[in-house]
Amino acid sequence: MGMVSNPASEAECIRRILAGERHLFHELIRPCERPIYFLLSSLLRNDTEAEDAAQETVIKVFRNLHLFRGDSQFRTWVLSIARNEGLGRLRKNETRREDSLDALTDGEAGDFTPAILTSWREVPTETLERQELGSLLRKAIEALPEIYRNVVLLRDIEEMDVRETAAVLGISEGAVKVRLHRARALLQRDLAPKLKAFAPKRGKLFGWAR
Amino acid sequence: MKIDCKHVWQHISAYIDGDVDAVLRAEIDRHLETCEICSAVLDSTRNVVVLMADDRVFELPAGFSDRLHARLDHDLALNEGS
Ligand SMILES: [Zn+2]
Repeated sequence: MGMVSNPASEAECIRRILAGERHLFHELIRPCERPIYFLLSSLLRNDTEAEDAAQETVIKVFRNLHLFRGDSQFRTWVLSIARNEGLGRLRKNETRREDSLDALTDGEAGDFTPAILTSWREVPTETLERQELGSLLRKAIEALPEIYRNVVLLRDIEEMDVRETAAVLGISEGAVKVRLHRARALLQRDLAPKLKAFAPKRGKLFGWAR
Repeated sequence: MKIDCKHVWQHISAYIDGDVDAVLRAEIDRHLETCEICSAVLDSTRNVVVLMADDRVFELPAGFSDRLHARLDHDLALNEGS
C-alpha cells in the first residue's frame, strides 16, 4: 500500500483523540485497515471471522490507544494487536487446522525445486480477469503453511519492510528472509504452471519491466 | 567462481529484493545471461511477487470499510458518556 503515514502528524492525531476528538480515530486507523484484514484472514482463513476480528481489533486499538508509547510504528503496534486477536480466536477454535505444526522449521534444509517453464515469461495481467487471478493467488497463498503465509502477506502483499515484518510477527529479520524465500519458491512452483495456462487463450501478452 | 542453477535458486528471493552483495549479483547476472532455465525461474518468481503487490488482486471485501467505521461509530458513541 502506498499510504505512508507521517509519524509526527500521527502522534499529533493520537494526542488529539486522547484529548477528546474521538472522531479523528476514523482517519488514524484508515491506513491500517487493509493489513489488519489480510493478516487476520491469513491467520483465520475465514472471511467472515476475519472481518469480525478486524472490527474487534480496531475497537481494541481505540480503547487501548493511551497505551501506545510511540517506540514502534503505530501500524506495527496495531498489527501486533490484530495478530493477538487472531491467535486468541485460533486457540478458542478447537477445529482449527494445526498447520503450523506441519510447517518446516527455519533450521531445516528446504530445497525447493522451482517450476521450470521456459515458455512462460510474461503474465498477461491486463487481459486477466482480476477476480480469476485474485482467486488463483489467494488459493495458492492459503495453501502455504502459516509461517510462510504471514510473511508473504506482510512483505509481498502489504509491502512492509523486513524490519517491520519481523516486529509484527515477533521473529528475527533473518527468519523473515528465509521464510519469504521459501514462500516465494512454493508460490512460483504452484502458480507458474497455472498462470501459464492463461496466456494462450487471452491473446495479447504484456511483458514486465525487468 | 562459477555458480550453478541450484545456487542461483537459493538466492532468487534476495536477488529480487536487491539483497545480495555486488560479487554475488555479478555472478548471478553472468549465469542468467546463458541459462534460459534460471532466467525463466527468475522472471516467473518476479511475476508472482509483482502480482501479489497489486492492490487490485487483493481487495478488501465489498463494504468492509463502511461496516468497520459504522461499528466504530457505534462504539465511540457508547463510550461517550464514560
Ligand atoms: Zn541456471
